[in-house]
Formats: sequence, structure tokens, C-alpha cells
Amino acid sequence: MSTQVLFGQLLIGLINGSFYALLALGFAIIFGLLGIINIAQGTFYMIGAFGAWMLLHYLGLGYWWGIVLAPVIAGIVGMTLEKTLISRIYKIDHIYGLLLTYGLMMFIMGMFIYFFQTAPRPYPVPPELTGGYNLGFMFVPKYRVWVVVVSVVFCFGTWYVIEKTPVGRNLRAATENPMLTRALGINVPALLTLGFGVGVVLAGLAGVLAGPIYSVSPIMGGDLVIVVFAIVVVGGMQSILGAIVTGLSLGVLEGLTKVFYAHGANMVIFVIMFIVLLMKPAGLFGQEK
Amino acid sequence: MTTGAPTSNLPASPVATRGSGYAWYALALIVLAAAPFFIYPLFAAKVLCYCLFACAFNLLLGTSGLLSFGHAAFFGSAAYIAGHALKVWGLPFELAALLGTLTAAALGFVFGALSIRRQGLYFAMITLALAQMIYFMAFQLPFTHAEDGLTAVPRGKILGLFDLNNLYVMYYTAVAVFVIGYLLIVRITHSTFGQVLKAIRENQPRMISLGYSVNSYKLMVFILSAALSGLAGATKTMVVQLASTVDVHWATSGDVALMALLGGVGTLFGPVAGGVIVESLQFYLADSGLPIQAVIGAIFVLCILLFRQGVVGELLRLRLKWR
Repeated sequence: MSTQVLFGQLLIGLINGSFYALLALGFAIIFGLLGIINIAQGTFYMIGAFGAWMLLHYLGLGYWWGIVLAPVIAGIVGMTLEKTLISRIYKIDHIYGLLLTYGLMMFIMGMFIYFFQTAPRPYPVPPELTGGYNLGFMFVPKYRVWVVVVSVVFCFGTWYVIEKTPVGRNLRAATENPMLTRALGINVPALLTLGFGVGVVLAGLAGVLAGPIYSVSPIMGGDLVIVVFAIVVVGGMQSILGAIVTGLSLGVLEGLTKVFYAHGANMVIFVIMFIVLLMKPAGLFGQEK
Repeated sequence: MTTGAPTSNLPASPVATRGSGYAWYALALIVLAAAPFFIYPLFAAKVLCYCLFACAFNLLLGTSGLLSFGHAAFFGSAAYIAGHALKVWGLPFELAALLGTLTAAALGFVFGALSIRRQGLYFAMITLALAQMIYFMAFQLPFTHAEDGLTAVPRGKILGLFDLNNLYVMYYTAVAVFVIGYLLIVRITHSTFGQVLKAIRENQPRMISLGYSVNSYKLMVFILSAALSGLAGATKTMVVQLASTVDVHWATSGDVALMALLGGVGTLFGPVAGGVIVESLQFYLADSGLPIQAVIGAIFVLCILLFRQGVVGELLRLRLKWR
């Protein structure tokens, strides 16, 4: 096996890991705050990618507009859905949240398939990021480096905001004890909407980043969300840091598995989840309750 | 997650359905017997398989309050095993269905043992992720034929006598499987075992303090639910002569939850109604040009927001009101 193959797969693993980390982070924030399994997380990833594609095709706005506007659009869609529909079911059994977002996913995906069909649409790499670096032992496209850098910056940026700033403190307070937080005069429903928005924006961002690599299609986020589930279970359901670290490392591990045992690549994350569940049911970074 | 007192506010199973007489059963049997003369038998048989699947799913959700999002694994793996037994080993349908059911039960034991200790959402996610392993295995194992699936599965003969390629024989076989499965579910629900499960759902800490081994009860119902899902999957393979990756895909797990919810989780008949509604929508809207998936998704969302008792649940509630 050549080192080129090894490093090539490592890079792909790192790219996928970046997407996993962004999606898992958004998922963990939403789960921690709202107690809802957002199965539509993959749908918002798709909306992000499609948003960028639509901006380019209908308005002629390029990648740089897309990467700013599309996640915001996804966030607005998400926050509207939270405010109008999802917020109605907080008081009942939490499994309804999973089912409601499942219905929303079916609806949104169904509409996109209806209007755009499932065929992938290419989305170009911006001219500023074409080309790459020749490291001697392998060639690294610029765009892939960009994806990893943006993801890592946003993941740890979000982590920093949640752990170290006043807004984050309120968010964490609302996660720990919403009643008491409310009694202290903090607008918890608004925080919940905000939290949902943040989670969705991260998914949308991952979608825009993925556009030039995987093309844009209504079904692009469908199966991804299940991998994200497994990652979140491994990392510990509510753990912000767990989501980021597990997302990146399992992405890399998946890439490595492709080199050594190609057939097992799809399964490896689920096998890890299996083992973690047996050894440490609360996840690697989670606390047993 | 709450660990104290009542852990679930899912609609409780109404006892009213129990004594409402044999008249309903007689009516149901007449409808089942007459159906193939009005609708395409193949479609009717397929609907019955999904109805049984929804009932099996609801056996778990309705009695124990555990929402599994991985039931496609049981349905699909039994579909594959039964298909393989029919096609490659040339076994008769009865044995193939038995093998499929046993496979699903064994898988149910493994999944259940791993997931049953976790509650609510954790349980749903773990079952979902475990089921996805089976999905990927369906792509890799030699006998599942990856994307193609098991096609042109021969139906064989029932009891070694009647040719299942006759659509009516095939339909009534599916009816028999459905009726056996359904009555079994009714029996389990009303048994002492079923009552203990309901009590666990309502107040787990109290049942533990009363000395019940809560987890083994849950595991048992999980295995039963998985086995019956397997029976449904195996029969489906015989009916449509196909076992494919769609059967093990997580969307199938979602669909079965949708059927049960739409029909009414707290009722025994609800999932049957839900199965009929969803399958009919897919079948009759197929040529309408409407985005079916979006339509069903929208109906589902409305159902969760407006009538959580499901169609049958709401009807029962209205009947009680009018009395």
C-alpha cells in the first residue's frame, strides 16, 4: 500500500469528519437544550447546500455569498419551524419530537425531490480555492484544506461561545434547569429558538461546505444523519466537546478503515458505537445519570 | 430525563376495546375474506404484512412505551432470510417464515440486551443506530446481493398442497398469518405479562420496588415484537417475491412508527388502520403526480400536532363522548 493512498484516505476521512463534527455539534446543542432528537438535521444540511446552489443559479450569487447566506437561510427556516411547530410539543413525551422532526424531514425532502428530482447537481469550487498544494508525497486540494479549517474554527468557536461567554452561560443554564433560569428573568423560549437556530446553522454550513465536494441533491443528508446519531451516542449525547472530538476522529477512522479493510468502512462507526455502548453506555464524554 | 414517577404520557390503552364483542371480529373477518374481490389481491396481501408489522411495533410502544426506531432491522433481516430459504434452499413457505421469525427474534435479543437499559430518546437512537449496522451488512453479505436484493423469490406451496402463485391462495395465506399474529398480540396485551408491562410504563420505580425484574420484562416484549415483525417481513417476501435494502433501511423503521402513530398507539386496532391508510396513500397516489412522501410527511406532522390519539384513538374518544 502506498503512502499516497493512506494520506489520501486520511484527508477524505478528515473532510468527512469535519462534516460529522459540525452536524453532531448542532445535534448535541439541540438535544441538550430542547431535549429533541432532530432527525431533520440532515435535511438542514441539504437545505444549506441547496440554498447555496439556488443563490448561484437564480440570483448569480457566488460561493462567498452562499457560505454566508445559505446557513442563515437554513437557520431562519429552522427557527420558524421551531417557533411555529416544534415548540408546541415540548410539554409532551420527548419521543414526539423525534417523530415530528421525522415528519418535517419527509415533507421537506419530498418537496425538494418533487421540484428538483434526485439527480446530483454540480456546484463549482470557488476560483479562489481551486488548485492545491503539492506536499511531495501527496497533492492536497486547497478547497479541502479550507473545509477542514472552517469546520474546526466553527466547532471550537461554538464550543468557546457556549462554555465561556454570557450567552453560552444562559444557554447552559437553560439546559440544566429551564424553570429556575426562567425564574431569574431569562427568556428561555427565545433561548430555545436561538439554540435550535444555532444547531441548524451549523448543519447548513456543513451543507454549503459539502456542495462542491459531493454535489447538491435532495437526498444528500438522508443517510448522513444516522451516522451523526451514532457519533453523538459515542461522544455522549449532550456533550459539546464529545460531539466535536468524536466527529473528527471517527471520520478519520472511517477513512483509515477504507485503506485497510474497504468493506468495513461504512460499518466501523457503528461497530465502535456497539463497543462503546457495552463498555461505557453514557458515551465517551458523557456523564452517567 | 426524568427517572421519577410516571415516565410517560403516551395515550393509555383503553380497556374498552376488549369486551366490545365478537361482532367486530366477525365484521373484520368478512372484510378480510371479501377484500380480494374488490381490490388487487397482491396489494391487499402486502398491506396486511405492513399492518402486522405496525401491530408488532405497537406491541412494544403501546405496552411498554418504548419507541424503537430500528424495527426495519427485524422486518428486513427476516425478509432476507426467508427469501434465501425459499429461493436458494428451496424450503417451503412455512419453514422459511419460521426461520425468518427466529432470526428476527435472535436479533431482537441482541438489540434488546444492548438498548433496553436506556430510556426514551436514548433507546430510540440506539435501536436506530444498531439497525443501521444491519442495513450496511445487507450491502456486504454474500447472500443479500447488495443493491439488487433477492429478486424473483419463488412462493412455493402452502402446506405442500396449494400453489401460492395463485393470487387468492397467496392472499388468504397472508390473511392467516396476519390473523394469527394479530390475535397473538391481542392475547399478549391482555395477559398478566402485558399488564405488568403497562404498570412498568406507568411507574417503573414502583414496579422495581415490588420486586419485578423490569428489564427482563422489557427484553421479553422487545423480542416478541421483533419476532412478529420478522414474521411480517418473511410473509412480505413471499407476497412481493422481493427482499431488498429498502426493507432494512431506516425509512422503513420510520414508516412503521408513522403507521402506528397515525392509527393510534393506545389501541390494538390503530396500527392496522394506520397501515391501511399509509399503504393506500402510497398506492393510489402513485400516479397522481403529487409528491407522496411530502403529503404523508405533512399528514404525519398534523397528526402529531392535532390528534395524537391517532385515527382509531380519536374515533374511540368520540364514541365514548356520544354515549
